[in-house]
Amino acid sequence: MNSVWMALREVTRRPMRSLLTMVGIVIGVAAVIAMVTLGSGATAKIRANIGALGDDLLTILPEVSQRQGGQTVAGAPFEHGDVEALGRELPGLELVVPATTQRLQVVSGSTNRSTSVTGTTSGFLRVRSYRVSQGVDVEAALDSSRSVCVLGAKPAKTLFGGSPALGQTLRVGTVSCEVVGVLAEKGSGLGEDPDEVVLMPLKAFEQRVSGNRKVGVIYATAKKGRPTGALKRQVEQLLHERRRIRPGEANDFGVRDMKDIADTVATTTSLLTSLLGAVAAISLLVGGIGIMNIMLVSVTERTREIGTRLAIGALASDVLRQFLVEASVLSSLGGAVGVVVGLGGAFGLSLLLGFPFSVSWALVLGAFVFSAGVGVLFGFLPARTASRLSPIEALRHE
Amino acid sequence: MNATLLRLESVSRLYGAGDSLVKALDRVDLEVKRGEFVAVMGTSGSGKSTTLNVLGCLDVPTSGVYRFEDVEVTTLTDDQRAVLRRHALGFVFQGFNLLPRTSARENVELPLLYRGVPARARRQAALEALEAVGLAHRADHTPAELSGGQQQRVAIARALVTNPSLLLADEPTGNLDSERTVDIMNLFVGLNRERGLTIVMVTHEPDVAAFASRVVVFKDGRILSDRSKEVA
Repeated sequence: MNSVWMALREVTRRPMRSLLTMVGIVIGVAAVIAMVTLGSGATAKIRANIGALGDDLLTILPEVSQRQGGQTVAGAPFEHGDVEALGRELPGLELVVPATTQRLQVVSGSTNRSTSVTGTTSGFLRVRSYRVSQGVDVEAALDSSRSVCVLGAKPAKTLFGGSPALGQTLRVGTVSCEVVGVLAEKGSGLGEDPDEVVLMPLKAFEQRVSGNRKVGVIYATAKKGRPTGALKRQVEQLLHERRRIRPGEANDFGVRDMKDIADTVATTTSLLTSLLGAVAAISLLVGGIGIMNIMLVSVTERTREIGTRLAIGALASDVLRQFLVEASVLSSLGGAVGVVVGLGGAFGLSLLLGFPFSVSWALVLGAFVFSAGVGVLFGFLPARTASRLSPIEALRHE
Repeated sequence: MNATLLRLESVSRLYGAGDSLVKALDRVDLEVKRGEFVAVMGTSGSGKSTTLNVLGCLDVPTSGVYRFEDVEVTTLTDDQRAVLRRHALGFVFQGFNLLPRTSARENVELPLLYRGVPARARRQAALEALEAVGLAHRADHTPAELSGGQQQRVAIARALVTNPSLLLADEPTGNLDSERTVDIMNLFVGLNRERGLTIVMVTHEPDVAAFASRVVVFKDGRILSDRSKEVA
């Protein structure tokens, strides 16, 4: 304890130099903590966004596939029969919702907006976790064949401004429809903006907008407790048969499991976080070299002092310990400052970027212990140099 | 008072080899009794500083035997000699060698720190040692705030604080004017007479050597003369 106290005295004796020596460690520790904290914030946010899509959700969509001979073939849209078959033959599925989307011009009075118009059924609201903020019997309206529409938060805002949208008439493409509902804002998500939508009943959409009965996407949700992985395989098998894909040929459709996507994205982000942390850790090593440099200078400057200490009874090991402790006190102080700076920086940036902020105490402790270790590691060479001085020569040193 | 404190028996200290061989000490025999105040004189290169380094257990003779109290120093390891210095020896240097930006009291406490003395006892002993050299009122001043004479007094207090058997001084007045020199020498004489402290002091000034009770003169690594003053 005495040596720590003595080292603190020594470090505070030359405050400016100690501060400059510590800067490398401060930056290193701060960078590691900020990087890793922001990285896990980003991961948490992405997970939450995917979770908002519903993690028991299977998204079934046509895909481009390669046939023998290298020919690529675009997968054909689904049919109503596919939707019915899924619902009938796979009891593990809770909801099976067809949806067909087109990008169309939506006009109200003098304002217009290009937005994605989706013909679907009431289940869509549930599988995509939309909440209705205005409107009555919106679900019944979506299951009807009436020419009505439900607006996402963004088109509702831009087309009608502050005035109520309910009951107004819109022109979607060439069709006019009545607004029967407005969806609550979902906030940004992954990929497409979930608020940039206009929903129409599937029947009305097919009759008036698309003019056919082709289904672009099928959403399906698993019943509670059913593993999505197994359902995914069942869906693939069923559609494989219905779409008459020959053995050995690749499927011309895909079934996406939200859990898969979430896991992939989270793994990618945390890998990225580790990489950033590792890069930041290199700056810690650079900081350690800074400490070694200053400690070597200090040993040379204090050669006479070392000689005096040896003369009045210090053992070589006392001198070794003194310089080692001094180096680790410097680096631990730097580490402590770095922790504060890093957490502060991460907090500020999290606010700015809208990431959730949470402190990992294991990380804080780890970074601090690592910085102290850097001091011991890089303080060793100067300390050994000091402890190997001959007392006579050290005393003679000018 | 007449017990032998230390003895050099045919001690040689050689540096270099072949043509550049230097005999800093050449088969020197020397005995110092408890309570003596010995001045070691000689021109530079005469071997007086090497003698002090050997006596202070900082340097090891090439041949011969050095006995301090009951210990044969020549057989000790580096660490054992450090422990001997810690417990039996006090050093005063020409350049004072105080730690900068550190108070007089903390400087004096330093040898006790290496002995593992607890803080309260350290502080007490340091203040007593400063009192003995007449600097108790300057205990909280740093070396930069003290005059040369005062700094050397602090250094003497640091040497005294462990109650050593032997005080070794290397040109202790070399950096001081004549008035301060007399002060420091009177302090040495007082410590020698009142406490019976054994002192071996290297100097090249006859005026300073005159304060000692015995003067040993070195030349070319050998003792040229060894005269004791009759104490009145």
